[in-house]
Amino acid sequence: MLRLILRKLGLLIPTFIGVTLTSFFFIRLLPGDPILLLAGERGVSPERYQELMVQFGYDQPIWQQYLTYLGNIFQGDLGTSIVTKQPVLTEFMALFPATIELSVCAIIFAAVVGLPAGILAAVRRGKTLDHTVMTTALVGYSMPIFWWGLLLIILFSGILQWTPVSGRISLMYWIEPVTGFMLIDTLLSDQDGAFWSAVNHLILPTIVLGTIPLAVIARQTRSAMLEVLDEDYVRTARAKGLSTYRIVALHALRNALIPVITVIGLQIGVLFAGAILTETIFSWPGIGKWMVDSIFRRDYPVVQGGLLMIAAIIMLVNLLVDLAYGLVNPKIRHTE
Amino acid sequence: MTDTTQNSAPDTRLEVLKGFWRHFKTNRGAVFGLYFFIVLVFIAVFAPLIAPHGATVQYRDALLVPPVWMDGGSWNHILGTDAVGRDLLSRLIYGSRFSLFIGVVVVSVALVVGICLGLVAGTFRGWIDTVIMRIMDIILSFPSLLLALVLVAILGPSLINAMIAIAIVQQPYYVRLTRAAVISEMSREYVMAARVSGVRTLRLMFVTVLPNCMAPLIVQAALSFSTAILDAAALGFLGMGAQPPTPEWGTMLAEAREFILRAPWVVTFPGVAILTTVLAINLIGDGLRDALDPKLKRS
Repeated sequence: MLRLILRKLGLLIPTFIGVTLTSFFFIRLLPGDPILLLAGERGVSPERYQELMVQFGYDQPIWQQYLTYLGNIFQGDLGTSIVTKQPVLTEFMALFPATIELSVCAIIFAAVVGLPAGILAAVRRGKTLDHTVMTTALVGYSMPIFWWGLLLIILFSGILQWTPVSGRISLMYWIEPVTGFMLIDTLLSDQDGAFWSAVNHLILPTIVLGTIPLAVIARQTRSAMLEVLDEDYVRTARAKGLSTYRIVALHALRNALIPVITVIGLQIGVLFAGAILTETIFSWPGIGKWMVDSIFRRDYPVVQGGLLMIAAIIMLVNLLVDLAYGLVNPKIRHTE
Repeated sequence: MTDTTQNSAPDTRLEVLKGFWRHFKTNRGAVFGLYFFIVLVFIAVFAPLIAPHGATVQYRDALLVPPVWMDGGSWNHILGTDAVGRDLLSRLIYGSRFSLFIGVVVVSVALVVGICLGLVAGTFRGWIDTVIMRIMDIILSFPSLLLALVLVAILGPSLINAMIAIAIVQQPYYVRLTRAAVISEMSREYVMAARVSGVRTLRLMFVTVLPNCMAPLIVQAALSFSTAILDAAALGFLGMGAQPPTPEWGTMLAEAREFILRAPWVVTFPGVAILTTVLAINLIGDGLRDALDPKLKRS
């Protein structure tokens, strides 16, 4: 197992260096003078320009600039926002919990609905239920989620007035961030109704972000189940006279879950792309909206730092999924 | 799909196509998607003849007119008008041109470049393989939409730049598929035979091996056609794709956002257009996969 971890880590190092190179060259590839970009839109005097040139290290050769950049990254220095003057990492850490909260809820929603839907479709293969589930899943998979979010807002916030349009919690409440997760913080704060307000704000974004993973999970579960239901040990279980419920729940599902878990893990990149759109539609104060806003505000150090952090997190999660996969599936562990 | 290309007289090629169509048409959803797509191509090609109004003509006396079946709607604007009085139906009809154009360009670019890189990586292996695949890994470690956004920030927001960005983001899938297929084909006997008989490497790559790697690539092309349309619409929606007043569906949605509660139809129809187009193409893609790739057919 240790060998496997080391091997996978070794594979990640060149990719990580590539990612740092990408974010390093991002600012240098932008049209316009990097110093003026970093200084913001006010413009600078020639003396100040020279100062900034030295301060940002642009007077040094490019490879030295890259090494400095790399060194800064490992000390947790991802640069400073032009707009807020805050360190990028501080901002990232403050906003990240909001994105995690939304993504975790979305994945739970997707799994809770998608797994049973896929299992039912597989068990009732070829029947009306199967067709209905699979058609719905394909519609979900084809959904432009930014439009889906607007539709849900029209229906639930506009016509029915059940849910709020944007934000994480009603403005009536002021919640001191302790963990950064609104659901936990509201419970800790003892304010009446705050928790339900937070839940209410979460519902639509969760559905919107969870839609595509839900469709993927349902499709994947169905095909994994169909494969397993054909296996000899399932036939044996059936011949022994076990009930369909026991066969599906105990024998087949356990083996069908392995590919499904991988798919859930691999959805993280998709989830992040979805978070960009979902957070923009619902004004959800997370990483996705932060990145889009920063691109529009030309706050390039934030874009640069955010890009690096997001890629690093995705690489890390993919590594963990890989390792977890090896853990649950001995076949892989031994062949590697 | 084994050695058919080696002795491909015209009639056997026709046989292959016939066999493919027999498989394909058993999938009713796929056939429906194909018909829908053909109609869409027809609409896109003949847009100026079909559309009742121009795409950017503003009717100042008809702002936010609702669709014909709602109170206050008129047959003059069947799907209503937007905030500056442009006919929605006409804009949607012209918009189909952009979506199909985006799909065709992105898929062609990604396919051609991806096949070349994948062939090189799979044929020569060694350090060049490592370099190409690591670069693809790097592209894949960013969320596709974010990378596209950043690329557009570098290149400047426009439809062309959005298409370039999306093509770059989709590249790795083609490279990986081609490389995997090439590696598995390289160990086959017909490749050995071709080598022994002195076929040059370039001919071996493109003429001998490539045709036998096409099945997964065709399926991927169909699926990434729909992803390209979705991503371009998302970029347009975020203001980083086609710029107003282009009647691109995502851009139309972005312009309509502030009227979401007052005039829901300006938001509804462009989304329906995106959804049905993407759905039709995904149906075709599923059908192609079932017909071309017997290994995946199982269900």
